[in-house]
Amino acid sequence: MRRLKPINQKAGRVVDYVAQQKQDVVALQQPQQPVRPHLPMGCTFLFSPGWEADQAGGTAGLCTPVERDIFDCHISCFWPAQVPDMLNHSPNWTGKCSAAQKDWRKIDLVFP
Amino acid sequence: MINLAPREFHLFQSAGRDFLYLVPSAAIFGLDEPTSAVLRLLTEQKRPEEAVIAALAERFDATTIRDAVADLLEARAIGYEHEPEARFPRVLPLMPVADSASSPRTGVIPLTTMVMNVTNQCNLACTYCYEYGEDKIVDTENGRKPKFMSEQTARDSVEFLLRESGSVAHLTFFGGETLLNFPVLRSTVAYGRQRAGELGKTIDFSLTTNATLLRPEIIEFLVENDIGVTISIDGPREMQDKFRVFHNGAGSYDVVAPKIKELLQRHRTKPIAARVTLTSGTLDITRIYRHLTEEIGFVEVGFAPVTTSPGQKYAIGDQGFDRMLGQFRLLAQEWLEYTLANRHHGFSNITESLEEIHKGVSKAYPCGAGLGLLGVSTDGDVALCHRFAGSDAHKMGTVRDGVDREAQIAFLEQNHIADKTDCSKCWARPLCSGGCYHEAHVRYGTTTHPNLHYCEWIRGWTDTCLRVYGELSERNPAFLARFDRDEAKAEAVV
Repeated sequence: MRRLKPINQKAGRVVDYVAQQKQDVVALQQPQQPVRPHLPMGCTFLFSPGWEADQAGGTAGLCTPVERDIFDCHISCFWPAQVPDMLNHSPNWTGKCSAAQKDWRKIDLVFP
Repeated sequence: MINLAPREFHLFQSAGRDFLYLVPSAAIFGLDEPTSAVLRLLTEQKRPEEAVIAALAERFDATTIRDAVADLLEARAIGYEHEPEARFPRVLPLMPVADSASSPRTGVIPLTTMVMNVTNQCNLACTYCYEYGEDKIVDTENGRKPKFMSEQTARDSVEFLLRESGSVAHLTFFGGETLLNFPVLRSTVAYGRQRAGELGKTIDFSLTTNATLLRPEIIEFLVENDIGVTISIDGPREMQDKFRVFHNGAGSYDVVAPKIKELLQRHRTKPIAARVTLTSGTLDITRIYRHLTEEIGFVEVGFAPVTTSPGQKYAIGDQGFDRMLGQFRLLAQEWLEYTLANRHHGFSNITESLEEIHKGVSKAYPCGAGLGLLGVSTDGDVALCHRFAGSDAHKMGTVRDGVDREAQIAFLEQNHIADKTDCSKCWARPLCSGGCYHEAHVRYGTTTHPNLHYCEWIRGWTDTCLRVYGELSERNPAFLARFDRDEAKAEAVV
């Protein structure tokens, strides 16, 4: 709210409520959670369809390329995925993939 | 084009600006010029956003007005005409569970205050008294209730309170004239302290008395045990003696004044409050206040209009309420000036209202009776509050068997603000919620009826309190911050 100034405690709660309604939904959300940087990449968020539901909420466009799933899980998703060891053996396995939505085909295939 | 329409609110001015009191949320917002202009325009006539922009084009640009409209929509001060207004939610607070065997305490509202009528007898015969006058509910003279609470019932009551309370319990002794049963009162305090200690709970005590029976050893006991005291007194001699008389008709002022002064001199740990009953004949509130604070020495004085059926000659009529409001406003103004200068002023009616306003209290029920407050009669029957103690129709269990949850649920079902149709369009309902159950019972024969005879007075007084609040929020916000601290403290205790 830009022009209304909250005066009493309840008005403060109204402002918080309105702000929350405008906020994005995050996983394991708590009431009145402080705003943190939020980068939804994996699964059902934003551009990346997931296993359970696609962007439209249906099942027609679920993830197909396994490399994409691995990549998204590895970077930002809570979903546990087996990924190459970036510290020792395959530090550059994602080196050619600067933007997942375009370059996911360029992720290296890694053979242990 | 869809019309924008005003929702429920009360606009008030204070400290040179407009404020918005939203109903039913009880949120208060400060308005700037554009939001204020939009709100006033829509109050005059519903119109679409573009028409609002056009009407205010000379004063504000379109972006400013769009922002103002967006804010007011978000706060629900306005809405789209075709969308139904949100109804007041009919939620029963922490609904008590009827089947206490399967889930003993789930959802049960803890008892915070128990008002214990240690006697239903009185050594005064105040003509306006709701307990003995023509409007009485319970026959205290010839009824089957004992005239004095026994030691055992008092102990059972303490057990009941500690069983039903959270970590903090308040016990208020009441009557009749409380001090007529001083022996039981004294032993109950000791027993309550001991039992609370054993259970790891905190208990505190207070009492209401007419002061006629105060004597040095009682005063000493009150001081030693840190017992809060409220004195019922109506003001200077001629006002006090008008109604507050002994059974032989003699006035009580000369008896009580020196005793109260002695109490005030000795008892310093808790503020001693005066509680004044206002009648049609005693509406010189400023004078009463001056007398009780300056001449007697009270730190706090609270006023309440007499509870009566309309026919009584001491009942306050419409003109009386207007006069009372005028006097309250004068005292409120004086209170404000003191508070802005960070000085204490003892007009307690306003402090209580301001705390509720600051927190944004929006009540489904007018008071805590039947929720966190219960009354106990001399035989141990639990009632809605002390004013109904002993009334079979308002019984909610006994101290031995506990709260009758079914009766409690039935009461809460029947007395919710959402069912008080008369209140549904009133902007003051978040704070008033229909007013005192007992008053309604005496006036209209039922607790469910809103107290329509003092609506104008309630709205006038609430508006005054809101204005005072607005002033303080601009000029002394530090004073209001004390209510935040109190809340933090309360939460820490819970």
